[in-house]
Amino acid sequence: MTTLVIAEHDNAELKGATLNTVTAAAALGADVHVLVAGSGAQAVAGQAAKVAGVSKVLLADAPQLADGLAENLAEQVLALAQGYGHILFPATASGKNVAPRVAARLDVAQISDITAVDAPDTFQRPIYAGNAIATVQSVDAVKVITVRTTAFDAATAEGGSASVETVAPAADSGLSAFVGREVAKNDRPELTAARVVVSGGRGLGSAENFKLLEPLADKLGAAVGASRAAVDAGYAPNDWQVGQTGKIVAPQLYVAVGISGAIQHLAGMKDSKVIVAINKDAEAPIFGVADYGLVADLFQAVPELTAAL
Amino acid sequence: MKVLVPVKRVVDYNVKVRVKSDQSGVDVANVKMSMNPFDEIAIEEATRLKEQGAAAEVVAVSCGVAQCQETLRTAMAIGADRAVLVQTDADLQPLAVAKLLKALVDKEQPQLVILGKQAIDDDANQTGQMLAALLGWPQATFASKLVLSDGKATVTREVDGGLETVALKLPAVVTTDLRLNEPRYVTLPNIMKAKKKPLDTLTPDELGVDVAPRLKTLKVSEPPARSAGIQVPDVAALVDKLKNEAKVV
Repeated sequence: MTTLVIAEHDNAELKGATLNTVTAAAALGADVHVLVAGSGAQAVAGQAAKVAGVSKVLLADAPQLADGLAENLAEQVLALAQGYGHILFPATASGKNVAPRVAARLDVAQISDITAVDAPDTFQRPIYAGNAIATVQSVDAVKVITVRTTAFDAATAEGGSASVETVAPAADSGLSAFVGREVAKNDRPELTAARVVVSGGRGLGSAENFKLLEPLADKLGAAVGASRAAVDAGYAPNDWQVGQTGKIVAPQLYVAVGISGAIQHLAGMKDSKVIVAINKDAEAPIFGVADYGLVADLFQAVPELTAAL
Repeated sequence: MKVLVPVKRVVDYNVKVRVKSDQSGVDVANVKMSMNPFDEIAIEEATRLKEQGAAAEVVAVSCGVAQCQETLRTAMAIGADRAVLVQTDADLQPLAVAKLLKALVDKEQPQLVILGKQAIDDDANQTGQMLAALLGWPQATFASKLVLSDGKATVTREVDGGLETVALKLPAVVTTDLRLNEPRYVTLPNIMKAKKKPLDTLTPDELGVDVAPRLKTLKVSEPPARSAGIQVPDVAALVDKLKNEAKVV
């Protein structure tokens, strides 16, 4: 049975999360098709067709699919679901929004946030904020899955030559309407795809002080993240949040500044390759996962580090 | 208008769970249990809607063991008017819970269901979306703002890279994100009052729902441990390690 991957995109560009999901799909051992559902998204379908390992791209293009409304996107997937043994979404805000709708309508369980494929019906997934790893087996005919993108390498974006087939778009449900979007303007790399992440916690003390991280992030070409405590305190926007209920990151280098290291935060970053922690409290749990710990006043250490790099 | 708020009893967010040595699951015996934090936000939001006059009644629901009554009493202490427990000792997975909730929605006919976006035990993030799909209702997940007017819910959602606003026709399902509100502290007088509020108990059989699990847990294991790192004395030593040992800068 073929595997269907639902592409993440903004109608102009295929998002990197799709590439990681294709790798997870390839591990199932069947042909991989990619669905691009959008509006004016022909270019995205073209990009998806070039991804190594993809054998066919399905393009559903219509105004009602422009904004990824869960109701319409789920109908689109359901209209095509027959014949697929696995339906994979990246575990992004959009994938998490839509996948359970598809699973419920197919009357199957969804397997959330898989980090490994043990067999076509057996997967590993973190539970309890990553403090335990469950190996689960699905007894359903169709497996609807969201993929933790940091757990799978990105498929090569070039070299494939899949065909693009246009499919009939699903009708507008009329139940919901898109009103607007406020996208934070940001020249930095995307948090979940960045090679380096510099994150701040409550130790920064204020939104003003949080800006101290920017020169360091600039120097390192890093994305900026934040702990839930920092977000709750209003120092940083919510979409910077790294942790169990925020984003899951696994960069080459993660620099935790003024972060104590609550379980919820560690859940989001402990798979990073190298972790640096700067905190004045030597007992902070973040030092338990850090490769390099520096017990110091961050207001001195961060500018000093920025200058030294 | 009636608002239904499902709440889940979970291991308290401050507890670091331990995997059982036979890998059959995590050890939850004698561990502090609390209401799932996102569900607390859901109950708070429903209570505020009632206080603003936008909702007439708030009904809290929980599915699970008899001790979920405590969670429902907390929900009523925050502000729910009454509660329903669907009592079972079975292992309930999100699809089964969504089916139980659908049966209750058919019975109670709320215009709005507010749920937490994710439970912090199984981290599934599915139940609200599944319920909306089974009901054929629109949904707004990860809500940071909710406004009701003219038979519509206008919801601001936390999405990757920023915020998005959608308008839903009621009835609808909304799931909460962290910044929707800050739940109030439960006061002693309200805890006392909550003890007198009605709490009905049903079973999955009475609701005609098959709750058999669809996912078999083969084992639960410890995550790979990180090897212990080192303390560096100063910034210069840190930079040296990053450049010459880790080679990441």
